[in-house]
Amino acid sequence: MSKKKVYAFPNLITPNKPIEFDEDICQGCNTCVETCQMDVFMPNPEKGKPPIVMYPDECWYCGCCVKECPLRDKGAIKMNWPLMQKMRWKDKATGEHFRFGMRNPPPPNPKPPVGGWDIKVKKGRSNI
Amino acid sequence: MASQKELLEKGFGLIEWPYPVNYGSENEISTDVLVLGGGLSGCLAAISVAKKGLKTIIVEKGCTARSGAAGAGIDHWHDATTNPCSKVSPEEYTQAVIGSLNGYCCGIGRYISCRESYDTLLELEEMGVKIRDSEDEFKGSSFRDEETKFIFAYDYENRYCITIWGTTLKEALYKECKRLGIDIFDRVTVTSLLTEGGVQGTRVVGATGLNMRTGEFFVFKAKASILCTGGESRLWFFSSEHKALFSSEKPPHAVGEGYAAAWRAGAEFSLFEKSAPLNTGGLSGIDIVGYFGGYWEAEWRPCTMVDATGKEIPWVDRDGNVLSNFSQRSRPAPGQKFFLPNLFVLPSNLPASSREALRKYREPQLIRGLRKRMASGEFVAPLYADLPSMPQDERRSIFGLHVAQEGRTWIGYRMLTQAGFDPDKHMLQFYPVDIMPRWRTFFFDSGGLVPNWDLRTSLEGLYAAGETLLTGTAGAAHACTTGRYAGRKAAEYALGAEEPKIDRKQVEREKTRVYAPVNRMSGMDWKELNIGICQIMQVYCGDIRNEESLKVGLKWLEELNGKEAETLFARNPHELARALESLNLITVAEMVMHASLARKSSSALLGFQRSDYPEIDPPQWHKWITTKLDGGKVKIGERPIDYWGPLKENYEAHCGL
Repeated sequence: MSKKKVYAFPNLITPNKPIEFDEDICQGCNTCVETCQMDVFMPNPEKGKPPIVMYPDECWYCGCCVKECPLRDKGAIKMNWPLMQKMRWKDKATGEHFRFGMRNPPPPNPKPPVGGWDIKVKKGRSNI
Repeated sequence: MASQKELLEKGFGLIEWPYPVNYGSENEISTDVLVLGGGLSGCLAAISVAKKGLKTIIVEKGCTARSGAAGAGIDHWHDATTNPCSKVSPEEYTQAVIGSLNGYCCGIGRYISCRESYDTLLELEEMGVKIRDSEDEFKGSSFRDEETKFIFAYDYENRYCITIWGTTLKEALYKECKRLGIDIFDRVTVTSLLTEGGVQGTRVVGATGLNMRTGEFFVFKAKASILCTGGESRLWFFSSEHKALFSSEKPPHAVGEGYAAAWRAGAEFSLFEKSAPLNTGGLSGIDIVGYFGGYWEAEWRPCTMVDATGKEIPWVDRDGNVLSNFSQRSRPAPGQKFFLPNLFVLPSNLPASSREALRKYREPQLIRGLRKRMASGEFVAPLYADLPSMPQDERRSIFGLHVAQEGRTWIGYRMLTQAGFDPDKHMLQFYPVDIMPRWRTFFFDSGGLVPNWDLRTSLEGLYAAGETLLTGTAGAAHACTTGRYAGRKAAEYALGAEEPKIDRKQVEREKTRVYAPVNRMSGMDWKELNIGICQIMQVYCGDIRNEESLKVGLKWLEELNGKEAETLFARNPHELARALESLNLITVAEMVMHASLARKSSSALLGFQRSDYPEIDPPQWHKWITTKLDGGKVKIGERPIDYWGPLKENYEAHCGL
């Protein structure tokens, strides 16, 4: 085993990963910084880099940062539920058990919500 | 480097605060009507004022575009009794809710909501909110009206609750505020209300604020102010490890600072003695919140629930008769005019006198005594929401529409489906809430500022809307509608009001208080203080209270105030805002204890047990007990249970339409 320097750290606040960025995709536009009502993020001192998740323990998991991210569907930003909040379900026919974030997960379900992922704000009475 | 963890692990050390910091630098801003809080009620209030041609501004701690309890979305639009499909009148519905809550529902806000919530919704539609199934996805469904294309929830026959695509709400409101030229001060937290001559109980002439990124101070001067700051969270329970934050239905930075500021200004409150166990009605302190997991109520209504063996848990009517037909879950029982959503209905442990009221509007529900039945082995835990067994349109409506549009569950829909959850095949697990009596919350229809028919508080110049109102915790429709109404009335008052005068000494006192924590680099941090306050609430103001425990509790709060709070430190403006939240929590905790001391009786509906006055709901205490500060002393008062008088007549005399 190679010798690795070991440091002392204070305990991390927990949970500490409500949001994860993909550094290769995120352009550091800071839309999420401005979208978060809890002000969990702060802009990265280095321009073009993902924001810093400075206050992970204050996250309300409302998902607005993911919703508003212009590179959301390319995978720039991802929400991550805390371990104790990873929901579970069961297949009615087979009885097979699942949970969010499991090993060997079932394939994604591509069906969007009613009206699509992003309901447009359209001025004026909608056409009925 | 994108997380705090990496900062620590990669040894980046300290990074400089990314915003310019100007502690103490002062901005003075004048306006006609000042709106405090930029959630639903605040936005509607400001829009209403602007439409009257007056100057108005919004002061919001977060970001108005997405702030507030409904920042991420909302699905149900309640109280829409004047929509063309409704078979219930505003009077009938309001009286039903008041009766179901044993009188403890402020008729003013609720009646205003029932009269105007549908008109408010149409205004929101003009602003761009989607409220109709215009794509005909649910054509022919029993919960849809073919002409208006409205989707109805709860009672499919009486049709007073409309399902909307509420993820669009805040975006549309924000755009409308901008279009009307309303100035918005985001990231500014309200620290106090300013009063004439700096004296408690006089006219409110403005407010002070702190920018939580720059530390700058704000003095807002206004002829009238509308308090739209919402309710309480973190008062009995706070643990980021347990993610009570995640589970709370309110944004966790809403700690009742509006309550605290109005209390210090001398405004009259009522019903702060009311609370409920934290795990009530699908909310949850330490586990997954009901509507987020598999459930049968609210967003999940009328979903079939099964136990671990696949055995179906029956639905019953108001008398406990098992419903054999699926459609009966969304219809009134034979002989019942209509039923109410259960959040407006009394709890079951009531005296006999209230049971008839409960029965009158009780909704179809899951079979009663589930806990006992599970303990005896009749049903086996865990339970699941059996979406696959539901008719296709109901399944799609529950998961694809209601869950996807409710606050913070659009992301839930996305994450669950990406993780492979398929409602056509899968049954989402339900996390039944346990009884944790020490951890409590205000829950629904809780205490707040006592309004008159102008939605004015007891203080001249101070109006209130949404959850800040007495029993104002009734959802998006109520928040928007009372905001819109309060905006009209505050504008009317401001038109004839004298120029406000700010008392300089009051501003200086407030600045000293606000900035004290930044002058210390060590001492008590805001989180530890917050949890300390919660512990005092749990022990001295929990499930069972009495004179002695409440007085001792007040003593310990005072001790915190004089000792630990005096050492509270903040190393940047963000921490300073959180530190002020903890200080406000002390005030809100005191308000609850004073209200609890004032009601010398127990009440089932109020979740209020006094061991020294154990009789439940004695008739002589069937009234509103009010509390306020006067000259720094707590003054107790009372109002008749129906102090608002005849609903229709008084509404029409005051509504200004």
